[in-house]
Amino acid sequence: MAYVAGVDVGSTQTKAVIIGEDRTIAARSLVPTGANVIRAAETAFEEALAAGDLQEGEVEYVVGTGYGRYKVTFGNTQVTEISCHGRGAVHMFPNTRTVVDMGGQDTKAIQVSPGGEIVDFCMNDKCAAGTGRFLGAASGALDIPLDELGPTALRGTRAVKISTTCTVFAESEVLSWLGKGKKIEDILLGVHQSIAARSAGLLRRVGVEEEVTFTGGVARNIAMVETLNERLGLTVNVSEESHYMGALGAALFALDHLLVRRTPTAVAGKGAES
Amino acid sequence: MTYTAGIDVGSTYTKAVVLDESGAIAGRIMKPTGFRLSEVGRDCLWEAVAAAGLERPDVEYVVATGFGRHQVDESDVHVTDLTAASRGAAHLFPGTRTILDVGGQTMKATRLGEDAKVKSFRLNDKCAAGTGAFLEKTARYMGYTTQEIGPLVATSKEAIPISGVCAVFAESEVINHLSQGAAPAEIMHGAIVSLVGRSLQLMKRVRMEPEFTLIGGILRFQRMADVIREELGTEVNVPEGDMVQFTAALGAALLGQRRLSRLREDVA
Repeated sequence: MAYVAGVDVGSTQTKAVIIGEDRTIAARSLVPTGANVIRAAETAFEEALAAGDLQEGEVEYVVGTGYGRYKVTFGNTQVTEISCHGRGAVHMFPNTRTVVDMGGQDTKAIQVSPGGEIVDFCMNDKCAAGTGRFLGAASGALDIPLDELGPTALRGTRAVKISTTCTVFAESEVLSWLGKGKKIEDILLGVHQSIAARSAGLLRRVGVEEEVTFTGGVARNIAMVETLNERLGLTVNVSEESHYMGALGAALFALDHLLVRRTPTAVAGKGAES
Repeated sequence: MTYTAGIDVGSTYTKAVVLDESGAIAGRIMKPTGFRLSEVGRDCLWEAVAAAGLERPDVEYVVATGFGRHQVDESDVHVTDLTAASRGAAHLFPGTRTILDVGGQTMKATRLGEDAKVKSFRLNDKCAAGTGAFLEKTARYMGYTTQEIGPLVATSKEAIPISGVCAVFAESEVINHLSQGAAPAEIMHGAIVSLVGRSLQLMKRVRMEPEFTLIGGILRFQRMADVIREELGTEVNVPEGDMVQFTAALGAALLGQRRLSRLREDVA
């Protein structure tokens, strides 16, 4: 079987997904992006190959995506992360019309057509408020690992209203609430609600049409899913692969390219180079 | 001798000034604000009183200002930071018409009338990119403390452009520049240029006019005043040494003096 791959170089983490011709996931990997972006892309790809017990030669087409997509030096082409998240989400949940992608430094709201085409999108590109970094700041200020933020927040009963917008100032606001004797769970619930409110605002700008699929690293956070559901008044789709949705979408685009490449070779025949 | 005091509880530092009746500073103290606002206000006042060689009862009137002024229970009255800073700036530089105050978590532009009263003002306190926190974050991304910003940037000859839209996004930008071999001093210089760009926008919105007086903790970095001077193409007033940080506390103490003399007139 032929294989293709998608490599999603995000601001915080780099993800690689390898799929077979049958569109099932053969392997995946996740590495921190760090300062050496080219190396991160290579490492993610190598680790995915190892996880799938595959050789580099078996992967016939690679698409890079994410903010560092041009650093995927071994990639055959690049596709924007907006297209990839839309594609991945529709693949996992075919009735998806709206995608909310929450990553380390940005949150995107994407509207897709019934055919999976991108109709409109909106993202925060000037300010880190309402992105994964807001959670990162809370995690740092309260000294709680990122993975435990969600479960801790869900134990909150009386959410503390976070009034600052800016991620930098939120860090000091979180500490000041702690100083005033508020419970960590209540502060964290407030932090999640604040991000959900900002994301809902972004979603409304493109229009919230069901079904809504939540992708990106932050979708693994259970409190983020619940506060977003509450805010939007619906239930968002969350896949086990939410974190890999961009890479999966890139791999699906890679498969398109592979199939297109095959077709003309088969028909063109005369004088073609390969 | 009659003494008054001003306490300025800022977002980052709390400052207290004790004034004698001639308007001379008898004692002053500055401490990091932290989260216990009423305590830090009281501690600063008591230590400033001790620094002046006085006892607490010697200070007859206390005025609190700054974002944490409502938490100060030692004060007789509180005034807004704009009023206090304007009074302090006009006292130090009587020709002041425009004041730029850049603190740890705020930036304020104020225009004064000829009577030294506030005519117009604009604040930024929603986004760290327009405050001292932007410089602090930029320094931290490069492994420097806030205290090291001044000496670091003093060695820079040319600023590396930093976009300055978001203090969080600046991190990737700074890391990018560092990995391309840029000098930390020049990146820091770029961050100051970016912050000055924001402060000019704020000053334009209050319809700035000379003389300009620059105050607030960020003005202790001399480069900040240098860049503003270059951009405005005119001379600016900057209080000497750490008085840039005490201007609002001084103004509060001066307002206390005036209030006290009025109270006495009323009694007489």
